[in-house]
Amino acid sequence: MKYLTEFRNREIAQRLAQEIHALATRPWKILEVCGGQTHSIIKNGIDQMLPEGIEMVHGPGCPVCVTPLELIDKALAIAARLEVIFCSFGDMLRVPGTAGDLFQVKGGGGDVRVVYSPLDAVELAVKNPERQVVFFGVGFETTAPANAMSVRIARQRGLKNFSLLVSQALVPPAIEAILKSSANRVQGVLAAGHVCSVMGYWQYPPLAEKYKVPIVVTGFEPLDLLEGIRRVVAQLEAGRHEAENAYSRVVSFEGNREAQKLLAEVFEVTDRAWRGIGVIPRSGWRLRAAYREFDAEDRFQIAGVRTVESPLCRSGDVLRGAIKPAHCAAFGKECTPRHPLGATMVSSEGACAAYFNYGRFLSAKALAGAASTLSGLGPSGAADD
Amino acid sequence: MTEKPQEGALAASLPALDFSNWSCPLPLADYPSIVMAYGGGGKLGNELIEHLFLPAFRNPSLEDLGDAALLDLGGEAPAGRLAMSTDSFVVRPLFFPGGTIGDLAVNGTVNDLAVSGAVPRYLSASFILEEGFPLAQLAAIVEAMAKAAAAARVQIVTGDTKVVERGHGDGCYINTAGVGALRPGIAVGPHQARPGDAILLSGTIGDHGMAVMSMREGLEFESQIRSDCAALNGLIGAVLEAVGTAVHAMRDPTRGGLASTLNEIASASGVGIDMDEARLPVRPEVGSACELLGLDPVYVANEGKAVFFVAPEAAERALAALRAHHLGREAAHIGKATAEHPSLLVARTAMGANRVIPIQIGEQLPRIC
Repeated sequence: MKYLTEFRNREIAQRLAQEIHALATRPWKILEVCGGQTHSIIKNGIDQMLPEGIEMVHGPGCPVCVTPLELIDKALAIAARLEVIFCSFGDMLRVPGTAGDLFQVKGGGGDVRVVYSPLDAVELAVKNPERQVVFFGVGFETTAPANAMSVRIARQRGLKNFSLLVSQALVPPAIEAILKSSANRVQGVLAAGHVCSVMGYWQYPPLAEKYKVPIVVTGFEPLDLLEGIRRVVAQLEAGRHEAENAYSRVVSFEGNREAQKLLAEVFEVTDRAWRGIGVIPRSGWRLRAAYREFDAEDRFQIAGVRTVESPLCRSGDVLRGAIKPAHCAAFGKECTPRHPLGATMVSSEGACAAYFNYGRFLSAKALAGAASTLSGLGPSGAADD
Repeated sequence: MTEKPQEGALAASLPALDFSNWSCPLPLADYPSIVMAYGGGGKLGNELIEHLFLPAFRNPSLEDLGDAALLDLGGEAPAGRLAMSTDSFVVRPLFFPGGTIGDLAVNGTVNDLAVSGAVPRYLSASFILEEGFPLAQLAAIVEAMAKAAAAARVQIVTGDTKVVERGHGDGCYINTAGVGALRPGIAVGPHQARPGDAILLSGTIGDHGMAVMSMREGLEFESQIRSDCAALNGLIGAVLEAVGTAVHAMRDPTRGGLASTLNEIASASGVGIDMDEARLPVRPEVGSACELLGLDPVYVANEGKAVFFVAPEAAERALAALRAHHLGREAAHIGKATAEHPSLLVARTAMGANRVIPIQIGEQLPRIC
């Protein structure tokens, strides 16, 4: 399990946490951009290890969460068509549209399939020439190269029955939107490591300079997160604001050039609506004209979609880092993973779902004392072996 | 973190939020037709049982909702009391590393009887076959069943075969039902766990689910993941012989994994559970596969593991009995039942912090990234 257990070492984690305690003389608010980071922080209880004044603000980096409701409704309409095999990553299936989710479309006879790669969907298109195969291309820069590759291969093979329902969002414009907002509370940023593995982090030094905010490229394992937080706090305490890379085993400054070339060939930058946040200029990708024939929105021309958002849901405020999930009045009451009002409660990367699933309807203090009976078991993992 | 939380702070913070949102006046209303999640071993499946099957069929034997029904045939039963259970098997693929649908069908019912405190004796086997299904495959499945039955010391004494038209089944579905004699003096059940009980797990988690999933999705790892499919009656017999009535509850964590089983026992018994995640045995290749797919091994299915709630003074002996058995070599003491935070499963993470592990809504869904 290389690169897993090494970065979950409890002793090193506690040493890093102590260093953060020693460094921090003031309260700081630090944004972790990516939903995967939010998930890991809450799952591992990283926030319970930090000094009281260090507050982690959860960012908009959950691709499921920020996919506009209108696009989900279009996905439901396309997936319900008889000629369509609708392929998606697993966690889109439970995201509620205005009327139902993809699970219900499947239960009602729609051919909805979970795949692990858009290239699997291309294969399905080859094997099922009489059907229309649609892949729901949801994601940030991380998933974009595979989506781009799928349409390039489809074009090379001359496939007329493959298309991509594109929901590609770009992270740096979203970070900038948060930093320049007048209500911004964020003083330091953990940039999303896997996004940077594709794109590099050459976009961040100008952002760090312009908004006087340290930006540290950070991974997802407990030690990665603690190291990223430690570096942000060290910069903040020293009055510095630089772009740094704390995830160098995966990320280089320039990123994956081959992938970037492919992306530039297939996609072009466009304004994009973020669910709960609104339109952010130049924050998304759409297929270039040369590839537009593979755009599922163009191919199926779904009209008459009328979206209705829950008036109780404050997922936009959560995604902007303005409030914590538990501060929403509907959290854990009207809104649970069983009856989600917004996507942040559905996706396993959504901040609300992470809070709910890992017991953050309890206060951090109550939770910290909860497993008190375990002390009687002796040291973890060692006594019994 | 350094401050000791007030006693009962945890319990006191629960009712205000009504986090479980359970008393829904319109049960089953959110999905007007069956969705796959009803079969995922999570909350939706439980609701189907509680709101549909139980009200329709209600009787004292069913109400316990144990893995097997405990039946009293009065004077007619030689051993006094019987346990009865049934299970259907629709696994895809039919053949996977470490097993087939055939051994799964035998071991699944054997295990449901065994964790109810019974000695499994007789099984039925019913086959629903799809037109066009290769006879050679059926023969291989049946042979695997015969071997599994012999290993578990049960006999398959009755059966049925139906054939459905092509397209109306997925090759081969199997249902097995079984009866066993309840061991005299043993009264275990999911509602019998007590605060203070030690929680023992018989071995690694997630092997079966990840073996099937990696085969289904064509994922390859350096070492192949094999299903843990096995009959547990021998292992369970060894524990019961070692500590007898000190075993209060036991269950085989199949669909929904260890987390669902522990949550079910916590709810049924009204106890809280504290679990130490660092003690959970997970094979490296299973851990890697879970990471890759964004799954948590605590929710992944097992087919040859059992979890025991044992009186604390008997924990060491029970653990020794488990480890002396070939299916329990990697058994571990993973946690405790507590009077604190009733019905909640709280895990201490490897980092030393805590998280609540809830029951899943349906199946776990692989993540986007």
